[in-house]
Amino acid sequence: MDYKALGLVAGIEIHQQLDTKEKLFCHCPTTVRETKEHNGEFSRYLRATVSEMGEIDRAAREEMKHDRKFLYYAYDTTCLVENDEEPPAPVNDEALSVCLTIGKMFGMTPVPQVHTMRKLVIDGSNTSGFQRTALVAFNGSLPNGGQIETICLEEEAAQRVKDEVFSLDRLGIPLVEITTSPCMHTPEDVQKYAEYIGMVLRSTGKVKRGLGTIRQDVNISIAAGARVEIKGVQELDLIAEVVRREVQRQQSLLAIRDELRKRGACVDATTGVDVTGLFKETKSTVLKKAKKIHAIVLKGFAGLVGREIQPERRLGSEMSDYAKKCGVGGIFHTDELPAYGVTEEEVRYLRSHMHAAEQDCVILVAGANEKQAACAISQVITRARLALSDKPVPEETRKMLESGSTAYMRPLPGAARMYPETDVLPVLIDDARWDAVVIPELLTAKADRFVTAFGIERNYALQLAASEKLPLFEQAVKEGIKPKLATFTILSTTTELRRDGVDISKIPDQAYLDTWHAVDSGKAAREAIPEIFRSIAEGSSFSDAISKLAPAVSREELEAIVKKIIADRSDFIAQKGKAALGPLMGLVMAEVRGSVDGKVVSEILKKEIETVTTPK
Amino acid sequence: MYITGRDGMAVVKLDSGYNIGVPPASCTLTERAAPVPPMQTDVVQNKNLPTLAIVSTGGTIASRIDYRTGSVTSQFNANDILTAIPELKEIANYRTIPLATILSENMTPAIWQELARAIYAEIKNGAKGVIVTHGTDTMAYSAAAISFMVDTPVPIVFVGSQRSADRPSSDNAMNAACAAAAATSDLGEVAVVMHATTNDDTCAIHRGTRVRKMHTSRRDAFRSLGVDHIGEIEFPSRKVTLADDAVRRGTRSLALHDALDPRCALVQFYPGMSPDILKAYEGYHGLVIAGTGLGHTSTTLIPQLKHLAASGTLVIMTSQCMNGRVCDRVYDTGRDLISAGVIEGGDLLPEVALVKLMWVLANEMDRKKAAAMMQDDLKGECMRRSAHGL
Repeated sequence: MDYKALGLVAGIEIHQQLDTKEKLFCHCPTTVRETKEHNGEFSRYLRATVSEMGEIDRAAREEMKHDRKFLYYAYDTTCLVENDEEPPAPVNDEALSVCLTIGKMFGMTPVPQVHTMRKLVIDGSNTSGFQRTALVAFNGSLPNGGQIETICLEEEAAQRVKDEVFSLDRLGIPLVEITTSPCMHTPEDVQKYAEYIGMVLRSTGKVKRGLGTIRQDVNISIAAGARVEIKGVQELDLIAEVVRREVQRQQSLLAIRDELRKRGACVDATTGVDVTGLFKETKSTVLKKAKKIHAIVLKGFAGLVGREIQPERRLGSEMSDYAKKCGVGGIFHTDELPAYGVTEEEVRYLRSHMHAAEQDCVILVAGANEKQAACAISQVITRARLALSDKPVPEETRKMLESGSTAYMRPLPGAARMYPETDVLPVLIDDARWDAVVIPELLTAKADRFVTAFGIERNYALQLAASEKLPLFEQAVKEGIKPKLATFTILSTTTELRRDGVDISKIPDQAYLDTWHAVDSGKAAREAIPEIFRSIAEGSSFSDAISKLAPAVSREELEAIVKKIIADRSDFIAQKGKAALGPLMGLVMAEVRGSVDGKVVSEILKKEIETVTTPK
Repeated sequence: MYITGRDGMAVVKLDSGYNIGVPPASCTLTERAAPVPPMQTDVVQNKNLPTLAIVSTGGTIASRIDYRTGSVTSQFNANDILTAIPELKEIANYRTIPLATILSENMTPAIWQELARAIYAEIKNGAKGVIVTHGTDTMAYSAAAISFMVDTPVPIVFVGSQRSADRPSSDNAMNAACAAAAATSDLGEVAVVMHATTNDDTCAIHRGTRVRKMHTSRRDAFRSLGVDHIGEIEFPSRKVTLADDAVRRGTRSLALHDALDPRCALVQFYPGMSPDILKAYEGYHGLVIAGTGLGHTSTTLIPQLKHLAASGTLVIMTSQCMNGRVCDRVYDTGRDLISAGVIEGGDLLPEVALVKLMWVLANEMDRKKAAAMMQDDLKGECMRRSAHGL
C-alpha cells in the first residue's frame, strides 16, 4: 500500500513506568501486587467537574452517560493518597530527575517552572477522577529528522481488575509520557521510532521492565480521514500492524460513506420505537432479559452496517461501542440477524413493524430501563449520522484489541480536561539543576563497547545491553569475572533453564556473582552452573547448592581419581591410545560431579594417558 | 495564554491545556483575552417540593477557582448550587442566603450569632429545614453553637466536603444530597451530615453537640463521640433512617437565644505546663480545661486555678480522652481541683464545653446556677449515663 499517497501521518506517545523507590505523589513503594493480596476495598462515584475555563470536557461527558459505581482494592503497600483521602505529597524528586535525564538525552529544553496539572479521567482508573501530570521539557530530536514535542511526568492509573473494579497498587507509579510530533509516514516508521525511544529510556537504567510497564499510544490519520488516538499498545511488534489496520478502517469508513450517499441513505429517526412487545416470546436470552427494547431504521444502510472495516470489526461494532456508553451490552442489527436466538420470523415481523424496506437496516438495543434504551438509541443515531457526514471518520480515542484492531473508547479529549493541581507546589528547574543532569551511555553505545573491549559478538552484545541483567553483567565485569562467562550464563544458560521450566526469577543476582567467582577460582566447574542454578531456583542457598553439586576436589584428589580410572582401564587405553581421552573424560566428570572445570580434568587426563601410553 | 503570576514566574497555559511557569520577561502581550461571562444556566425549581433554606458560610460545596481572576467564585445562589449538584432539584426547592465567605478557621462567635439569627429568620419564614454549608475545620463548633442558640422544630443540617468540590471524586455532591434528604426528613434538631465511611454509600447524621472532626482529610472524618450517630442516609437512594433518640420534627418550638459571652477560653493541659500560662486568663469569665485522664492537671496548677475561680472565672474540667466522663473524686489531685472550685464537665467534649460556657454565661448571671447548667443536659451534649463508648 502506498501510505505516502494516502497521506498517512502518525505520531506516538510512549508511557514508560519509572523504577523509583516511591510513587510520584506519596511515599508508597512502586510494587505491583497480586489482586488476591488486597486487604481493603471501597466504592466511589465520579462526576465530571468543569474546567477552569468553565467547560466540561467532551470525553468526560461521554464517560458520564451512566452512573457507575467503582470498586477499589487497597493493599498494605498503598495509602490514603491512592484512596483519594489525603492530599498528595510533593513531586517525587527522584522521578523528576529521571524525567530530566531523559529530556536531556533527547536534547530537550526544560520548563523553567514545572506545574502539576489534573487531567480529567472519570473512567474509574483514578480514584480522584483525574491523573496528575506535569510538562517537564519540550522540543527534542530523534534520528532521521523525527521530533519529540514534550515529555511529561505523570502518575500511573489504577489497573482494571474487571468491569468497574480497579486495583490501587499501580496507581501513582511515576510514568514518563513522551509525545512525538506527527513525523511518521509508514507503519514501519512508527515501529522503528517506538523501538528507538524504548532503547533510550532503558539506557537510564531507571525504568521498570516487563509486560505493561511500557505502553504506546499511536496517533494516526490519513488525508481524507481524521486523527484517532489508539491507546494501550503493549507489544512493540504489533505497532505497525495497528497502524496498517487503522488505515484500513479509515479507508473503509470513507468507502461506506460514499456508498451510503450513492444509495441516498439517511438517518431521519430522532428517537427509537419501543418494540419490547414484539419479543415477549423470544428465545434470545439478551432480549428476554431486557426490560425495554428500542429499535430504529437506518434507511439505505442494509449490508453496510455488517460490512467489515478491519479484521473482526464492522460499522455495527462502532455503533455498538457508542451504545455501550449508556450501559447496554451492545446492539443487534438486521445485517447479522437472524442469529443469537433471534429467529427469521422475528426479524420479518420486526422489519414489517418498523416499515423497513429491503435496503434498510434495523438496529435493536436492549436496555435495563427506558432511560438506558433511549440513551443507547440516541448514541446509535449519533454514530450513524457520523457515518454519513463529511467527516465519516470521527476523531476518537480508541483502545487496542488483542489482534491489533481497535474499539471506540471516547471522543478525543480537549484542553478543557486540564485543571491545575492546587495541592502540589510548582518546582523550579534552574540552570544549576539542568547542568548537573548526567547523560547515561546509550545501550547501543554500550553494546559497541562490549564488542571492542570484551570481544563479545555483536548480536550477543546487543542482547546483553537490552537485558534486564545488564547491571549484573557490569557488576560482574567490575568484580573481575570473565565477560564471556557472564554473557554465556546470562544469555544462554538461563534461557535453557527457563525452557526447562525453572523459575530463574528466584535466582538472586548475588548468586550469579558467587557462582561465577566459584568457577573462576576452580571451586566449581562451568558445567555445574545449570545444576547450581536449578537448585537455587528450587530454594537452596548458594552454599548448599555448591556443596551438594560441586564438592571441592583438590588437585591431588583429582589426580588420584584420574590415576585410578586409568589403571582400571589400561586395556582400553592400550587399544585406543590418545582417542581414549573423550570416553574417559565423561567417566572422570561423572566421578567429580561437576565440581572441577572440564579444562582442568582434560589437562590432567591427557598428561596421565600420555604417561601410560608413551613407551618407557 | 497568560494566566497568573506565581513565585516570580509567569504561569502560561499552552494549547494542550498544560500550565508552565516561564520568566515574565519572556512573555509579550499579543492581545488581551476577551472576558468570559460567568456561566449562567437557569435552573427551574419544583415549587411543589418542600422549601429548604441554604445558608452559606463559605464552605467549598459549590465553589471553584477562576484562574483568570485568581479568586474562588463567590457568586452563591441557587443556580450555582443546583447546576453543580443537579440531584438537589429532586429533593426540595431552595432559598439561598450567602451569609459569609470565610475559611472555617476564621469563624468567630460573632458570626455564629449572625448565623443563628439568619437560621431563625428562615425557619420563621417557613423553611421546612435549613442546610448550612460550612468548612469542615470548625463545623463541629458552629453546630454546637447553633444547637444552644436556636430551639428548632425543623432540621438544621450542617454539611461540607472533605475533598474539594473541584475534583470529580469530591464528597460534596453526595454530602449535599444527603443533607437535603435529612433536612426534609422527620428530624427536629441540629445535626452534621457527612460521609459515614470512605465509601460513597452512606452519610451519617451526627448530633450537633456530640460530633467531632477526627481525621484531617478522610471523607468520614466526622464521628459522634461517646454516643451512636442519630441517623443515616443511604446513597444514592437517599433513604433516611433516624435512631429512636433522634429529636423528631415539631418536638421543640422555635426560639432564638442568641447571646454569647466570648470572654471564655479552652486550654489543653500538658506535663510540665507552667502556671504562668493560666495567668493570661485572668479576667476571663469562663475557662475550659482539657485535662488528662479522669480530668486532671498537675498539682502545681491548682493554686492558680483556685485563684481564677475565686476571682470569678467559671473553670470547667473536661478530658483530652474525648471518650468517657470526668471524675475528680477518685484521686487526690481531682479532689484538690474540686476544692479549688473547678467544676466537673461530665462527658462534655472540650470544645462543646467551651461553646456551651459562652452561651450559659451570657444567659445566666448567677454563677452557681451557671455551674449547674454546665452539668445539665440542654441539647444532648451530656449524657446521664455513659454508654459503652469507643
